[in-house]
Order: sequence, then C-alpha cells, then structure tokens
Amino acid sequence: MGNEEELNRIIDYSGRDYKHIGTRPVRPDGVDKVTGRANFGADFDMNGMLHGRMVRSPHAHAKIKSINVAKALKLEGVKAVVTGKDFPAIDPSDKIVGEVVVSFYDMSRNVIARDKVYYDGHAVAAVAATSPQIAERAAALIEVEYEVLKPVMNLAEAMKKNAPVLHKGMTTEGVEPAPKKSSNIAKRAQFALGDVEAGFKKAEVIVEGDYSTQTVHQGYIETHACVVSLAADGMATVWSSSQGQFMVRAMCAKLCGMDNSKIKAIPAEIGGGFGGKTVVYLEPVAMMLAKQSGKPVKMVMSRDEVMRATGPTSGGHARCKLGALNDGTLVAGELEMEYEAGAFPGSPVGLGCMTGFAPYNMTDILCTGWDVVVNRPKAAAYRAPGAPVAAFAVESAMDELALKLGMDPLQLRIKNAAIEGTQAPYGVKFGRIGNLENLRAAEEHPHMSVPLGPNQGRGIASGFWFNIGGTSSAEVMINEDGTVIVVTGNPDIGGSRASMALMAAEVLGVDVSRIKPLVADTESVAFSALTGGSRVTFATGKAVIEAAEDAVKDMKRRAAKMWDVELDQVEWENGCAVCIETDKHKPLSIADIAKKSDRTGGAISGKANINAQGAGPAFGTHICDVEIDPETGFVTVLRYTAIQDVGKAIHPSYVEGQMQGGAAQGIGWALNEEYVYSDEGQLLNTGFLDYRVPVCSDLPMINTVVVEVPNPGHPYGVRGVGEVPIVPPLAAVANAVSRAAGVRMGHLPISPPKLLASIDEAK
Amino acid sequence: MAKHHVTTTINGDRTEFLCDTEQTLLDVLRDELGLTGSKEGCASGDCGACSVTMNGTLVCSCLVLAAEAQDAKFETIEGVASAEELHPIQRHFLQEAALQCGICTPGFIVATKALLEHNPDPTETEARYWLAGNLCRCTGYDKIIKAVMNAAAEMRGA
Amino acid sequence: MAKVVLPLEVARSFAAGVTEHQVQGGDVRRLLKDLEQSFPGIAERLGQGFAIAIDGQIYQDWFVEKVRADSEVYFLPAIEGG
Repeated sequence: MGNEEELNRIIDYSGRDYKHIGTRPVRPDGVDKVTGRANFGADFDMNGMLHGRMVRSPHAHAKIKSINVAKALKLEGVKAVVTGKDFPAIDPSDKIVGEVVVSFYDMSRNVIARDKVYYDGHAVAAVAATSPQIAERAAALIEVEYEVLKPVMNLAEAMKKNAPVLHKGMTTEGVEPAPKKSSNIAKRAQFALGDVEAGFKKAEVIVEGDYSTQTVHQGYIETHACVVSLAADGMATVWSSSQGQFMVRAMCAKLCGMDNSKIKAIPAEIGGGFGGKTVVYLEPVAMMLAKQSGKPVKMVMSRDEVMRATGPTSGGHARCKLGALNDGTLVAGELEMEYEAGAFPGSPVGLGCMTGFAPYNMTDILCTGWDVVVNRPKAAAYRAPGAPVAAFAVESAMDELALKLGMDPLQLRIKNAAIEGTQAPYGVKFGRIGNLENLRAAEEHPHMSVPLGPNQGRGIASGFWFNIGGTSSAEVMINEDGTVIVVTGNPDIGGSRASMALMAAEVLGVDVSRIKPLVADTESVAFSALTGGSRVTFATGKAVIEAAEDAVKDMKRRAAKMWDVELDQVEWENGCAVCIETDKHKPLSIADIAKKSDRTGGAISGKANINAQGAGPAFGTHICDVEIDPETGFVTVLRYTAIQDVGKAIHPSYVEGQMQGGAAQGIGWALNEEYVYSDEGQLLNTGFLDYRVPVCSDLPMINTVVVEVPNPGHPYGVRGVGEVPIVPPLAAVANAVSRAAGVRMGHLPISPPKLLASIDEAK
Repeated sequence: MAKHHVTTTINGDRTEFLCDTEQTLLDVLRDELGLTGSKEGCASGDCGACSVTMNGTLVCSCLVLAAEAQDAKFETIEGVASAEELHPIQRHFLQEAALQCGICTPGFIVATKALLEHNPDPTETEARYWLAGNLCRCTGYDKIIKAVMNAAAEMRGA
Repeated sequence: MAKVVLPLEVARSFAAGVTEHQVQGGDVRRLLKDLEQSFPGIAERLGQGFAIAIDGQIYQDWFVEKVRADSEVYFLPAIEGG
C-alpha cells in the first residue's frame, strides 16, 4: 500500500525549526529497562519485611455479619490482621466534586469493606505474615459470615423500579424535583446547545441507533504492588507503583488519618496504568498492617485480584440520533447514555456527553448521561475516561448516516468538521485545533486507496479529548561539571523523562545526553498533580521549560559577573552566554559558568511551580480495514492507520507509540475484551487467557500520521497525546466490520459468535 | 516441611538454593536470588513477562516449579547483555523505542533471543506468532516487531 | 456586559433553568459576586467541581482570572483524565 515514509508521516503546520525537540534520542531510563534493572512496584524489598495478603469477598452483594480473625492470628508467623474497623471513620461529605466525583468515604470503603461488600473481590480483611505462603494460609483462616443479597449486575437491572438498592439513601442528583426514593441511579448529567427539537424539524434524513459496550479493564501488565514501612515515631515510607506519588501520599494520609508530612511516597517505575493507577488499593491497608505489626509490609496483587477488584472502565449503553440535510449537513444530534459506575457512584458518563459530538460543527444538540451503580468493581479512569463509549455511538451513527445518504464517510466528516470557532458540546468555542487537518491527512493517506476484497470492509472514526493542564513542579539543577539534572514529580509512564530532557535541552541549548531527568519522591520536589489526562508533556513540560529558563537567567547573571558587564549585555545562544557589548569576551558554556559557580554565588538551579493553563484540545481520526470470516464470525484486522493532531511531537517515537498503543487497546475493546459474570455475580474471566487483550499475532503494523497544529497555549505547541488514540478505534473497527458484514454491529465486543449470529439474522 | 536443595546453572553460574515444593522458578529467581528482571504479570503462563530459557527452550518461569531446576541451565534477562555492551536485540529495542512502561520488555527480549536462535530470518508473521505469548499493553507491538526484524537483520549480518 | 453560561444542572437548581446571564466584567471573583446577588448560594455550588472557560480558555482551578466586558464565560464540570 505504500512505503514506510508514505505510511508514517509527520505533517508540521508550525513552520518552526527546533534543534533538540522532534529528535529521537534513546530514552534516559532505557538501558535499565532492557536489562531488567529497572525497579517496578514489586521489585523492592525491605529488611525484615512481612508479606501482606488480602481477604476478598466471594459474593457480589452481601452484608458482613461478622469477621472472626482468631484462627488466623494463632497461626505461627502471622503478625497482624486488619479489617475495616481498624480504619478511621470518614465523613460522607468528604469529597472532591468534579465531573468524576472523588469521595473519600467511598474510597475508604472500596479499599476495605465496612458493613457491606459490593462486588466479587471486594477486600474485607488483610493479614501480614513472615512469608507469602503463611500469609496465604492465614487469609484462608479468616472467617467472614455474610448475609448474601441479590446482586445487580447490569444497567438494565439496576435501573428497574424495584431493583435491589446498593446504597440506601442514595438518590438521583441532577433531576428536578429532587427524588426522595433511594435509587441505583446516582446522577443525571446534561449538556445542550441550541434547540434540539427545532434542529430535528429541519432534518431531511434521520438515523437512530442503539449501542452498547461491556466493562473492560485497563490491562496493565504490572499488578499493583507496594512496600510500606512505618517507624515507631510515626514516620512512614511508601514505595509503590502509581500514577502519582503525591496522590499516594494524600490518599494514605486521608484513609489512615495521618499528616502528609509523616508520609514519604517514593515512586517506583510504573508498569502501565492507563488511568487505573490514579487511585490506591493496597497502600493504606499495608500501612495499617505495618502499624499493627511494627514491621515493613509488602503487598503484591495477583492478576485475579487486579481483574476482580481494580480498574475497570464502565460498560455503557447509548442511544444516538442524528439529523442531517440531504447534502450531509448535520442539523441535530441527541445522545442519551447510561454508564456503569461500579460499586460506588462516579462513572465518566458526563465526560462522554461532553465529548461525543465534539468533532462536529453542530448547533442543536442534547446529551444526557445517567451514572448507575452496579455490583461490579468501582470504575477507575481509563484513557480518555468516558469518551470511547460516546464516540462509539456517535461515530457508528455517522457511518449509518453516510450509508443512508450514499455519501463517503470521510467526506461526511470533512463537511461537518469542527474547526477553530466551532462551539463544543460543552459550550466553549474551540481555539486552534487540528480536526480538519487530520481528516485531510486521512483523505490523502495511501491506506484509503487500497482496494477491498470480498468480506472486507473499511471503517473510519474520529475522536476527541479535552486534555488538561494543572499543577506541576520542576527543578533544573546545574552540576558543577556543567551537566544537568531535571527533577519533576510525575511518574514516567511511557517515556516522559525523554521529553522532559528534550525540552530542557531546547531551552539550555545543550545536548540531551548531558541532561539527566528524574522523578523525585514527595520530599524532593514540590507538589505535582497526577500523571494522567495527557497532562505531563504539556503541563510538567511547561514547568521544565520555565525552570530551565530560570536557570538560564541565573547563568546569565553569573556570566555578567564573570565578565564584569551589565546583565543586559549578556544573551543566551546555543548553550552559551555571549556578550553582545564587545567581542573581547569568549562565549561561556554551561560548564565554564558551573566551574566558577562557587565564586559567583554558589550552586545554580532554576525552578518552577506552576498551574499550567492552555491545554490544547486534540482530535484523532482512525482508518481500519478488516476481513470477516462469514463461516466463523472471526474478524482479522488487515490494516490500521491512526492520525492525530499532537500539537508538537517532542519525541516522535513515543508520540507514535501512544497512538499505536491506544489503537491496540481500542481494537481489543471492540473485538475481544469484556468482563463475564456468572448469574450470581462472580467474575469468570480473571486471567489473560480468557480476558483476551490483543496479542502480537492479532494485529497488523499500525501506521501513524502525526499532525502538528501547534497549541498556542504551550511554548513549543504541545498538546496532550495519550488519551485521544483510544477514542476512535471502537467505531473504526465496528464500522469496518459492519460494512464487511452488511449488518450494523452496535454491541461490543464483536466476538465471533456475536458476529455470526448477526450475519445469520440478517440473511 | 523440609525444603528442597536445588543445584542449577543460571546465566552460566552454578547456583544453589533452597525452596518450598510450591514455589515456582519465578518466585525463587525474584525472591530468593534477587533476579527481579523477570516479572510476574499473571502467574499463569499467559503474559510472558517472566520468560526465561530452560536448557535452551523458551519457558514461562511462573510455570516451572523451582524444584524442577535441578541440573538445568537457565538464561534470564540478567544474562543477555555483557559487561561491555548491550545485546543487539536490546540495542534495537532502545533505538526503535519498542518499550513504553518497560514491564514486558525483559520477557520480550528473552523471547526474541530464543526466536532468533531458533530462526535467524523470521518473517514478520513468524515473529508475531512466536511472540504471541508475550503481552504488551502499551505499544500495540508495532515498534517491537520493527526492533525484532532490525535486530534479526543485524545479527544475520544483512 | 460579559456573558455567563451556567451548567444546566446548576441553572435548574438556581435560575429556573435559564443558563445564559449578563454580568459585569472585571474578574471571576467579581462575576461570582454578581451571580450570587441574583441567585443566593450559587457561588458555593459553582465553587465545587466546576472548571471555567473564559473566551475558550479553560481554567480547571480558577480564582481571580480576568473577565473582559465582552467576554464569554462558561462553567463546565472539572475534567479528569486517565
């Protein structure tokens, strides 16, 4: 279909030349990771440590009548047992209210159950013993008496009038007049533009469809793990793998009733998170075990525990209605969705409402979302939380519309593309965005002209994510030999240390090999918000740039001192201070300035603590070709191309990697992955054998077109990259299969039996 | 219960250890011998993060009982690079940016080394099927396959 | 006068469902004072979990950002991410 250069391209709209950013150096943490030296969550031990083990509920919904720990405590080698009773009480009103609510009351109950268990795998107690084997035996000796309740396993059941209620007293928010009756529906979120009824009256063509997706897990390969030590003076050290050491510190403090200053959280290398490690599960429990035993405690989850009790993201149900004129102009859109929140309220349904129609210029829309609790694990963030399900519905409906209009699906999207000045579904007018540029790149891509054979189909879909900024801190320290350390507070989940080093290199004007970036613990750098929301390269990058500029300012002062000239006579060029007043002073390199730093005022460093604003929204468009086997219903992905406006690719290889990885996760979501529960609510597929994430032989090469429409809110034009790539694939795959099969596949995953049944039904 | 005394060879070094009957080779590598380069992603042989070779055959060390290691020869990720330089497979994984979080990387490198010892000139499809037992959730496998194919070419002298 | 657009749920609770309102410019603090005069309690509600967008620029954490006389200000749910 074309050569490597034609298939994988960078299209630069900035017209700016950079020296360092945009190059592809080997990542600074690379050698440790290819030799097995890198220390992940479970790779750390402490002298004299105990091994912790969780006791988990076998029931999806039950009251805890009693917990008897006596037998476990009697077992030789058992040093501590904790249950919910050992944790401080938290006020129900203690929460951070956002689109996705963070309730510490719920979080504490999710970490360890109190009076009720809400899902299969819910933690009810924990033990610590001198070996993992003893801990496991002790866990089996803890006797929990349950009163088993009827579980509510899916949206339809949960929303029934007389459904068993998970949380007594929980009523539906966002509905007027406020209902008084307890319900499993936690919230209604609504977003509207214009007048949707009037819009549909103008429509000449209307399509309406019903769509659903299943619960899926982030599927990081590294299971959750931590080691916690708590000394007699109350000072604690938490070593763990997470998407934010400051989050770990704050959550442990909150859930264990401690001060932040008493907890040092050290970030391990993180073996994948995708949003699933933005919350804690083990750390507070290990803390309480460490407190009771007086010894460090290590806890490592098994894969079974990860699947049953962490993540996942919401399964969802959506109805999407689109109205258009005969020429394809969209005139109205309605989206109504229900998302599973899991055991506690807080699904990302509102974010789904805000993102579904975002790629299109539509003036009359109504999006309604219902947040519904069910007896499944509490949903955690997963890459562009909420957006993929909404995009699946809207992009499938767009494909139906294209078919009904007899229009090319790409041209339909081009005709209606949101551009600068278009009002987003959440009201705000877009600034400079690259949505149309993506679609044009798709139009020109060799993928689009590959002829399709029998049983083959091509699907197109777009996706959107806001991207966020937020609080980030950075320090740039100049060593006495002129090399540089860049310190930030954000765990590096996919190569961000490389981009931090590159941005510092660009400001300082030195080669990236002279810069060592590192991720510091909570006592070595100022507060930084989570690694998530596609914010690190943007926001923490901005902090690094400002810190490097601060260091440059200091070095210019030092040079002025060394030359005995006014500061305004010194400029920074190509990694050196130069004197513009006279040419009698030879330029001073960082090494020259560093060498004399003792005499010019001491050590040199720059720092920046910022709350970064101006995150640039980003769009992606994916093209997928599939072949279906009409005999078995098996789908083969033949070709895949991901196109995305990234603003500016700091390290293009890792930008492409994000696009390819997101696409692969989305393909899994579309074709294979789903939580399968028994009628009683036990999760049946708790391992990678039957929760099947895409493997190497399932996928083709994934072409990438990196579109660079600079974000005016970042000095180098960076937009967030990590979330967008998982938004389009669900519909890109489903649209391809639907076209190949001649029948709309609106319910994921498109497993062979499901496809086969749909083909047979359509005959 | 008495522990088993096992004598084995790991990365060319004669190694002795004591283990419980239920301990896996992976448990012993990580917890007793401090070789934490092999990772546990599933403990059921589905993810390949713990890949090692046993007498030249690629295995998941989570599926080998530690007691079975008696008289066997193992190679783990810790034995792939020499003191002076990285193995070409490791170098290509870095050059091609074939890792993001890096947790699956040791397993992929061990599995790739076994592939290229077995078949120095694999097609892309052969490489994909050989590596189908190694899960990566970050990369979508694209850059891993590029690294594998480029390493194979370099090792063949092509 | 600057234009302020409230989230539907807040407009329903405080402003009889009317989302669009005209207020004095200045800064966000001043704008909230104006809104509070018409709709007592609304400032506290908007202070919980809402981001603000001023002329297309989203502020997740806001306090005293400038609002021009002809600005368009939207309140929207604060956004998390994976």
